[in-house]
Amino acid sequence: MPPITVIADPPEVKPVSDSCDNHCPPLNDDHDVVKMAHGGGGRAMAQLLDDIFRPAFDNPWLAQQHDGAVVDMPGTMAFTTDSYVVRPLFFPGSDIGTMAVHGTVNDLAMCGARPQYLSAGFILEEGLPLATLRRVVDAMAAAAVDAGVQIVTGDLKVVERGKADGVYINTAGVGKVMAPKPVEPSRVQAGDRILLSGDLGRHGVAVMTAREKLELESAIESDCASVVQPVLALLEERVDVRCLRDLTRGGLASALVEISESAGLAAEVREVDIPVREDVSAFCELLGLDPLHVANEGRFIAIVAEQDVTRATDILRRYPVSQGTVDIGHFVQGTAGLVTASSMIGASRMIDRLSGEQLPRIC
Amino acid sequence: MKYRDEYRTPEAARGYADAIARITTRPWTLMEVCGGQTHAIVRFGIDQLLPETISLIHGPGCPVCVTPIAYIDKALEIAGLPGVILCTFGDMLRVPGTHSDLSAARARGADIRVVYSPLEALTVARENPGHEVVFFAVGFETTAPANAMAVYQAERAGLENFSVLVSQVLVPPAIRALLERPGNQVQGFLAAGHVCTITGYEAYEPIAREHGVPIVVTGFEPLDILEGVYRCVRQLEKGESWVENQYSRAVRRPGNAMAQHVMQAVFQVVPRQWRGMGGIPDSGLGVSPAYRSFDAEARFGTVNGEDEIQGECLSGAVLRGEIRPDQCPAFGTRCTPERPLGVTMVSEEGACAAYYRYRRPAGGKACE
Repeated sequence: MPPITVIADPPEVKPVSDSCDNHCPPLNDDHDVVKMAHGGGGRAMAQLLDDIFRPAFDNPWLAQQHDGAVVDMPGTMAFTTDSYVVRPLFFPGSDIGTMAVHGTVNDLAMCGARPQYLSAGFILEEGLPLATLRRVVDAMAAAAVDAGVQIVTGDLKVVERGKADGVYINTAGVGKVMAPKPVEPSRVQAGDRILLSGDLGRHGVAVMTAREKLELESAIESDCASVVQPVLALLEERVDVRCLRDLTRGGLASALVEISESAGLAAEVREVDIPVREDVSAFCELLGLDPLHVANEGRFIAIVAEQDVTRATDILRRYPVSQGTVDIGHFVQGTAGLVTASSMIGASRMIDRLSGEQLPRIC
Repeated sequence: MKYRDEYRTPEAARGYADAIARITTRPWTLMEVCGGQTHAIVRFGIDQLLPETISLIHGPGCPVCVTPIAYIDKALEIAGLPGVILCTFGDMLRVPGTHSDLSAARARGADIRVVYSPLEALTVARENPGHEVVFFAVGFETTAPANAMAVYQAERAGLENFSVLVSQVLVPPAIRALLERPGNQVQGFLAAGHVCTITGYEAYEPIAREHGVPIVVTGFEPLDILEGVYRCVRQLEKGESWVENQYSRAVRRPGNAMAQHVMQAVFQVVPRQWRGMGGIPDSGLGVSPAYRSFDAEARFGTVNGEDEIQGECLSGAVLRGEIRPDQCPAFGTRCTPERPLGVTMVSEEGACAAYYRYRRPAGGKACE
């Protein structure tokens, strides 16, 4: 942690915050940027927390200004963490703050849990405009309301200019497990069906176009969203959900291969039934990317018992985030990790994990 | 998606496959030249639809794969110099040089940037006047016009801090070299549609005539490739050998005159080393004397060294079409995309990578 320093601005400016002991100037979003002092644990940090973070995440735990949150959580809990390092911070359809909440609540949902409490750790880069930070924090607050979770504890550090891409966020989350039986790959059986909650590839393409400043006729927006509601609905209506997996990095391909390996079963999917929007498909064709490998932030697969497939599909289709749910295939006895797709022309091919990073091809 | 889905319909694919089976009376060996076609064949399982008597051999048409190791080493050397920004297409990053690759050099601190177009490298040069910006210009005739255009624009803009490390290669001399190799088995070619979009296909006519091989300019969608195979087999069965254009929605016989014009202004035909195939006369492009000041080799020293493929890697034989990737003993076991022995396992368009991705049963062993 950097040393505690007193910020250099003149102290005689009219104070707005009690915790500044009447010595800090008011934060000015138009001009102010994050300074090393904001991570120093002193007045500047207190002012930043009071002005930007506490009002946005407003809840009794944060109001206590304690070192941690004390919460009451009976039953079986799910616990997860994820770090968010996306560049640019804002991209068509979403932003790092929204992702930091939805990503973690979605991971809890994939454990068959109702997300309840999140922590948020921020690593801010010196020089980040306060207006940008406020947008990120406000987006997180809105996403938390949307997902029905409270951000109850957190941390803030500032690193020197050039040492980070504006802001990095880590969120951890806990939630109460609602599934009557474990939701995990080991419960997947031959014959189980694979439901995909909608079209693929929008998030990865949205970030890539924004990062590389690729000009498209119309912006492709990220699918970033909480999938908590449809997942809880499946569990409440007693669908036998064997396994759930969100299709973030590595996309559908990696999710299927991982589950297939853990379950000790092969999987077969029909490529024609996997929805990819036309503009996403065109973008991927152009750059030589496979939409099955592209990241999503609001998509998941639900592996359900064969007899539940129609009911599960109907339930998922009730929610906007999963209204495009389709049955794309099933698990079969066979080599663990072997995922095959019947290709569009009727032959078959293997689906593999992505190797290394996704790189656009030459021609 | 328009102009794509209509070339992927299963009924039409079956129709072509049946038609090919109907006209085929004996075994034929065809080569698809382009790595993009190889990728489509393996991805869609096009070869599975063909009669067993038709063998498809994968050609050397992967620009990353045929770039000699000496050029990778030169790019690494240049990128390691202070004040240099090296711009490259993404799939060059993981291609192994003698001791390292660009991805590792970038991790160790070299300023190496992935660009989507050579014109982006020009922007980098404009924005960094205190740096030397070098663009690694590799590829077949498809990338040559845009790469030439970057040099042309740099000259017009007086951008003195921009240069290109050129390893451009040409398809027709490589086809000739393959046909003239002892033991050649290829009886007909599917020529690369996108290359011919630029160059046209007049240059292929003497090859078809002199070597008695049919050459069908072919697109990249499943139905394009099946139709290309059909036309090629039809010529073989009739004893004909001429250049046919299957990809007429994109290719004209004379090609794209404007693209050729800028290529001819900026580049000149030179002999080139091909990885796996050795030196081929008149098979590449280098910077022409008029634009010599933009040649990275003029600024940073020339590229030297014969190409060598070391150890147990059989990528040379794969590139020459002598073996299929899954016939290499190291395939999928000691050689994977994560730990590649050779470049054909690295590149998206490399035949080994395509087989690994679409044809390898879990557990690693090559399939048959």
